[in-house]
Amino acid sequence: MYGNAYVDPENKIVNSITANEDPIKLAEFESRIAAGDKIEPMDWMPAEYKKQLVRMIEQHAHSEIIGALPEGTWITRAPGFRRKLALMAKVQDEIGHGQLLYSAAETLGKSREAMTNDLITGKSKYSNVFNYPAKTWADSAVIAWLIDAGAIVNQLANSKGSYGPYCRALDRICAEESFHLKYGHDNVVFLATGTPVQRAMVQDALNRWWEPIMHFFGPPDKESIHSATLMRWKVKMGSNDDMRNMFLDMYVPKIWDLGLTLPDENLHKNEETGRWEYTEPNWEVFKQVINGNGPCNKERLAVRRKAEENGRWVRKALAKPSEKYVTPLS
Amino acid sequence: MNIVSIDPRVNRSQIDENTQEGIANPLEHFQTYEVFEQKKRGAHHIHVGSVHAPSAEMAVIFAKEQYSRRGQCVNLWVVKTADVFATEYEDSDIFDTISDKTYREPEAYKVIDRINAFKERQKAN
Repeated sequence: MYGNAYVDPENKIVNSITANEDPIKLAEFESRIAAGDKIEPMDWMPAEYKKQLVRMIEQHAHSEIIGALPEGTWITRAPGFRRKLALMAKVQDEIGHGQLLYSAAETLGKSREAMTNDLITGKSKYSNVFNYPAKTWADSAVIAWLIDAGAIVNQLANSKGSYGPYCRALDRICAEESFHLKYGHDNVVFLATGTPVQRAMVQDALNRWWEPIMHFFGPPDKESIHSATLMRWKVKMGSNDDMRNMFLDMYVPKIWDLGLTLPDENLHKNEETGRWEYTEPNWEVFKQVINGNGPCNKERLAVRRKAEENGRWVRKALAKPSEKYVTPLS
Repeated sequence: MNIVSIDPRVNRSQIDENTQEGIANPLEHFQTYEVFEQKKRGAHHIHVGSVHAPSAEMAVIFAKEQYSRRGQCVNLWVVKTADVFATEYEDSDIFDTISDKTYREPEAYKVIDRINAFKERQKAN
């Protein structure tokens, strides 16, 4: 599960990112991408291409791992064994996605240990949405349906990108996400078509999650740093607003169809432009949360640190000091 | 102060909110193995990605979880990444067929013209 990669607004990507690159190699690289070919780990690539991809794939991997935490909260208290089994399978999938993505990021030369350390020290980001608590069972249903739906919008776009290992990982991931989406939809529909108490519970969860869901796709295009170069290199595959619009187009009708409401009076589709119009969510809150001040940031990282620490004795027992690390091939 | 969570498991773990634990040392997550999956008998084993593992046996277990959890698979191979010797993409031209080797291609053998000419001659006689 993953939103658009967050770029720190202080960290300006300047247009001179290709200034120090060999022009002949750069031209070859760009024409390969323009022709729809994939770039592979051993290919020549501009330093900025590598840097942005590592950052993006790593953020994506961290999001899968941390994203399992709010949902995992409900495994022990899932209503009934079937839902418990399904939620366990979903959480296991998310962890598996994290593993696939870490492997893809490693092909660019950053070690697994370095990525883990950057996550737990707060140096690397993950999707902001996972810094919120899943307060009720209905929250876990809304996450599984709508956050996963948002993630699929992004991941399908990114799977058409230019970096081979990332695209291959995403193809596998998207196949599994379709079960998550169905499972989440099933849970929301069950509550929304149930008793008045169940309906109220899912409506409450939806009200609470709407702002984080709108945040999920990242700041509006006019505020986010936009690099034509990253688009040309097929690192970034769509603008934040386009992704958000695509999501609204696919899911708002389905939400309304259940007789549920969304906490934004201005939300409607402009039939002339074909775009959705809405009240901008509070982006100041988004910045606060992504910079560590959300309701669960501390808990997520502390839990992750503890898990790493608790597993250390097993890794130590299995370690072979004579082995050497080699960057994975593909 | 310990983390206070809505998740009872987190509360039971009594985690200090300022814990500095968990920093991984280099190579703590082991070396990598490349994974090859065979979808059905008779098919080729195809490379699907890599896993971190302390041994080949563990690599197979992780590979099964990460690459064959869904869908068909009848067989898995794992190979230490360090043991793979690969060509460079820059040298891809070594695979290009050069013109003086057309004798290795089926298209280089055009017998039908000769056969037809032969038949014409037979008829004429």
